[in-house]
Amino acid sequence: MSAGEVLLAGHGIRRVWGGLVALDNVSIEIRRGEVHALIGTNGAGKSTLVNILAGEIPPSAGTVELLGQDVGAWSQPRRARAGLARSYQRTTIFPEFTVLENCRLCAQAKHPRPWAIWSAAARCGTSLEAARRAAGRVGLGDELDRPAGLLSHGGRRQLEIGMCLATDPQVLLLDEPLAGMGAEETDRMLALIEELRPGHAILLVEHDMDAVFRIADRITVMVNGQVIASDLPDAIRDNREVQTAYLGEPA
Amino acid sequence: MAVSRSAVVLCLAALAGLLAWPAFASDFGVDLTTKILIYAILALSLELLVGQTGLVCFGQAAFFGIAAYATVRFSPEYDAAAIWWLLPSAVAASAVFALVMGALSLRTRGVYFIMVTLAFSQMAYYVIHDTPVGGGTDGIYLNVPPSVAVGSTQLLDLSDPLHFYYAALLALVTCFVMLAVALRSRFGRALAGIRVNEQRMRAAGFSTYPYQLAAFVLSGAIAGIAGFLFAIKDGFVNPELLSWHLSGAALVMIILGGLGHLRGAVIGAFALSLLEELFQSRELMGGFSDHWHLGLGASIIACVALLPRGLIGLPRMLRARLLGARQAGAP
Repeated sequence: MSAGEVLLAGHGIRRVWGGLVALDNVSIEIRRGEVHALIGTNGAGKSTLVNILAGEIPPSAGTVELLGQDVGAWSQPRRARAGLARSYQRTTIFPEFTVLENCRLCAQAKHPRPWAIWSAAARCGTSLEAARRAAGRVGLGDELDRPAGLLSHGGRRQLEIGMCLATDPQVLLLDEPLAGMGAEETDRMLALIEELRPGHAILLVEHDMDAVFRIADRITVMVNGQVIASDLPDAIRDNREVQTAYLGEPA
Repeated sequence: MAVSRSAVVLCLAALAGLLAWPAFASDFGVDLTTKILIYAILALSLELLVGQTGLVCFGQAAFFGIAAYATVRFSPEYDAAAIWWLLPSAVAASAVFALVMGALSLRTRGVYFIMVTLAFSQMAYYVIHDTPVGGGTDGIYLNVPPSVAVGSTQLLDLSDPLHFYYAALLALVTCFVMLAVALRSRFGRALAGIRVNEQRMRAAGFSTYPYQLAAFVLSGAIAGIAGFLFAIKDGFVNPELLSWHLSGAALVMIILGGLGHLRGAVIGAFALSLLEELFQSRELMGGFSDHWHLGLGASIIACVALLPRGLIGLPRMLRARLLGARQAGAP
């Protein structure tokens, strides 16, 4: 597994909702060992792109490649089992289950054994171990038995990432993981992403520009369903078109 | 999910009570309880779908009725069929119907799912009602109940009400324990995950459709066991066994008892049947028993309004009330 290898790629992706073109000819490549930030104004099509890459909605045109394979015809669960995990902009957890069970259930997807109805899930060693590891990694190791719905907002966002990690993914699509977080929580989350960077290919959709420029190795900018620039952070900062379209006219 | 010790004690106490019941009850009491045990199995099967998987099925009576009709149709006219093949084939009939119905209706969600399952069960109803398969409105008779024998030794005589009572109780306990075990397994936890958040389950890598379909077929099969027993109990089946009234009654049972708990389904089956019996009784209700639907309906509305968690939530609510009153009374 070499760093820099493209793990997830979308080519010429187009998505039309009725008469509205949400995405037009969008291409993106996400490499192992890289945090690839996706920024853009509200309604630019960032979440639609994430949904298409994850297999949640089909594109109207274009291809998606995961680990070198064309996965256009694969369902979302199949892509997930192959190593693609995503988090949601609006926290999507199991509020009535404990933190541990939230992670364990996600880990179970890799070795589901649904026919073994006599063996209790709570004794499934493999998924428990993966769940504990994932929860510990996102800093929830001391809250394992707490119902997830009782966690703080920041705690739930951490759990959301923990649930992704429990599936042992290679590609992470993180849809605004910093939304609504305080400064301290943001720092912790960025440190976690930093830590995950070496082994994973990470797509980070984010509004917090400071955070993006702190952590991203590469930035793609979208406006009105199109990619207007995709480059290294410094080049993006100096890009005229990006400045006018997104960051505003220079003072 | 962890099962509390008090719940286990409660279930065992209820089982002991049911085992001892025929010693105290009249013939009528045993007959009524047998019927309730069978309804409890039907309610359990629906609880698996509604309370555990989050699929509100409004066609449970179809599985019940199809197995009941299959039991009669698969039996020889003047001989006893062996239960060892009659039960599996009756259950298979409803499971196959559940497979077809589930495969198609699981493509919809929410209200549409409710309507599609209702439509399927109505189709089954009219096939039984209006074609020679079912023998018309008057129904058909089962002349000889199946034999329960190993070799030439007869284990149970199902035409004996007492034997049949214990057979129904055994079936209920078996279904209950099997479901309780299954719900703790990885399959059961996956169903719970699908109920709470299907989107997240798909994102984690679960193909949710096969899981839901498996739950649907399992539910149909268990409802089939109930239908099989019902056909033998009365030795008679009619199209009303497939009617939407029964599907609705099964839903009322699990809601009344408390959704999300297997024992809620059993409690609800008892509660609804006993309420119905109470309001129909001329001795207790006098002339009002002619309008028993009114009393039954009003009491169900009262239960649902006052007990949002169902009867199963009653102890906890009373405890909270009492403690709350004490706290309020304290200076």
